[in-house]
Amino acid sequence: MTRALEGYIRPEITGTPFCPGCGHGSLMGTILRAIEDLGWDMDDMLFVSGIGCAGWIPSPHFNADTLHTLHGRAIAFATGAKLVNPDLRVMVIGGDGDLTSIGGNHLIHAARRNIDLTVICANNMIYGMTGGQAASTTPVGCFSSTTPQGNPYPPFDLCKLLEGAGARYVARFAITQPLELREAIKKALTLTGFTFVEAVSPCPTQFGRRNRIDQATGMIRYLQEHCLPKEEATGSEGPDKIITGEFVGA
Amino acid sequence: MSEATTQQVTASLPEGRYFFSGNEAVAEGALSAGCRFYGGYPITPSSEIMERMAARLPERGGVFIQMEDEIASIASVIGASWAGAKAMTATSGPGISLMQEGIGYAVFTETPCVIVDIQRAGPSTGQATKVGSGDIMQAKWGSHGDALPIALSPWSVQEMFDLTLQAFNLAERFRVPVYLMGEEATAHLREGIRVPERVEVVERNRGPGDPFGTDEPDGVPPMPAFGDGQKLLVTGSTHDRRGFRKTDDPETHRVLVERLHKKILNHAAEIIQMEAYHLEDARVGIVAYGFTARSALFAVNRLRKEGLPVGLLRLKTLWPFPYETVEALTGSLAHCLTFEMNMGQVSGEIQKVCRCPLSVTTQVNGTIISPLTIERKIREVLS
Ligand code: SF4
Repeated sequence: MTRALEGYIRPEITGTPFCPGCGHGSLMGTILRAIEDLGWDMDDMLFVSGIGCAGWIPSPHFNADTLHTLHGRAIAFATGAKLVNPDLRVMVIGGDGDLTSIGGNHLIHAARRNIDLTVICANNMIYGMTGGQAASTTPVGCFSSTTPQGNPYPPFDLCKLLEGAGARYVARFAITQPLELREAIKKALTLTGFTFVEAVSPCPTQFGRRNRIDQATGMIRYLQEHCLPKEEATGSEGPDKIITGEFVGA
Repeated sequence: MSEATTQQVTASLPEGRYFFSGNEAVAEGALSAGCRFYGGYPITPSSEIMERMAARLPERGGVFIQMEDEIASIASVIGASWAGAKAMTATSGPGISLMQEGIGYAVFTETPCVIVDIQRAGPSTGQATKVGSGDIMQAKWGSHGDALPIALSPWSVQEMFDLTLQAFNLAERFRVPVYLMGEEATAHLREGIRVPERVEVVERNRGPGDPFGTDEPDGVPPMPAFGDGQKLLVTGSTHDRRGFRKTDDPETHRVLVERLHKKILNHAAEIIQMEAYHLEDARVGIVAYGFTARSALFAVNRLRKEGLPVGLLRLKTLWPFPYETVEALTGSLAHCLTFEMNMGQVSGEIQKVCRCPLSVTTQVNGTIISPLTIERKIREVLS
């Protein structure tokens, strides 16, 4: 069972670069399981990523065409490839800093144009690779290496942003909800048009450590405690709650 | 090593004479070359290229997209190229500045693409509608690290057509971004041009073979496309022949960076083009390029009628730079003159190898250098 996804990984790959307790390995497995469920051939797929820890999820690991691009620009590269070869099934995988801060313009414009891409945003609420700096997704008051007094700025609600930009399908689940996340990824892949899944993924090394969540298990617990299905939300939740569910195209 | 192939194909328009602006000629040159993707963002004085591609590319089975900015434009072009299409963008100085990171990525991933720079007077927003040639050094040095793209310099509307076509051929042959360094004056000039019935186009070598390395230290590897089943691994990080990241290995980085240089420099004779006018017995020689070379030739022809020993070397290729030709030429001259619509960017390259006194005339007022200015300067030197 542990080797079930072996065919989806390049034979040369012996491990991932992710820290112990990082959510990205789990997300990687969830993405591949979604593709396996659909029975899709990896030779029909193109995975495009940018710079940041999440950019490593497909590249070099996935046994398919992979395009590891510049910081923030993955969606623009993917747009060119998809338009030239519409038969390619194109998935963009990136982190919150990559896709929504430096790459935010490309994200909203691809959604507006309804380019047929599936974008998976691994949101760990921080810049992991560069050393724990605040992101456009860091909750107010959270500590980072560039907000030592606590983050003064509110984060983007990425799902609302994408809804406003016109995405065909928008969902948010944490990696602590693997079954819902897998179903959301499958739906995003099978729908035609621009689809977006925010996968909340823990970064114990940079986010947890700076916010006094010392263990990887503590980050998992944090997500379990803070995630709230949208069906159960009353609208009066505090900003620390992560509302999960399908927001567009359910 | 398998190679790119050359084919004769029908041009984008019926054979004949056309009255075109330079920007229209660029679009038709690109279409004739087999361009199938254009990603761009509006900017004066290049926008007419984009507008013509928007109308013409879909008719010819290609894809046009207006992206959200120039960064996205070059990124979409690179993505399109890896999906198997000949791809281009066009812009001007501010856009070229924004594209530099992407162009460096294209150099390092050996992605064929054409970047048309219709130069205007900079720096910054400068004189957006006026002519300049201030981007020559940026084409070579604008991206971080050691990149070596090819840059061509057209002097007429005919050459806006011809050199755009050649830019695609060089890009596909050498897997490198190629700049067409146009200038506002030529872009908006209208002239008669001849479109031939058939043109020679280069088609990239799609493999098989390792996509990022060759046995030869100056080779050009094959380039399969996404969807070919090759499980391509494309990255802007240091990579081995198959594309695997090797960012800690000094040897992999050295071999790669040196090959990217050698594949251009060792084939410089195949790439570099220039034209000599009256240089056989000249004592005073001008080196010029782009629109300025038109004024220079006008002045030289006039002075030749008076029997004065003047000549012109017109550079059509700016990168790689023809150092050897300039060195040999200046060894036979008593005096060399340059005229540039910048503060002396190409003159600095000439200075590196110049074997005679060099007079540099620069003009950065957003107007072309007139034949009279050049004529006066030559008379000064000769007197
Ligand atoms: S820094 Fe954070 S996001 Fe990056 S690999 Fe480590 S835990 Fe994962």
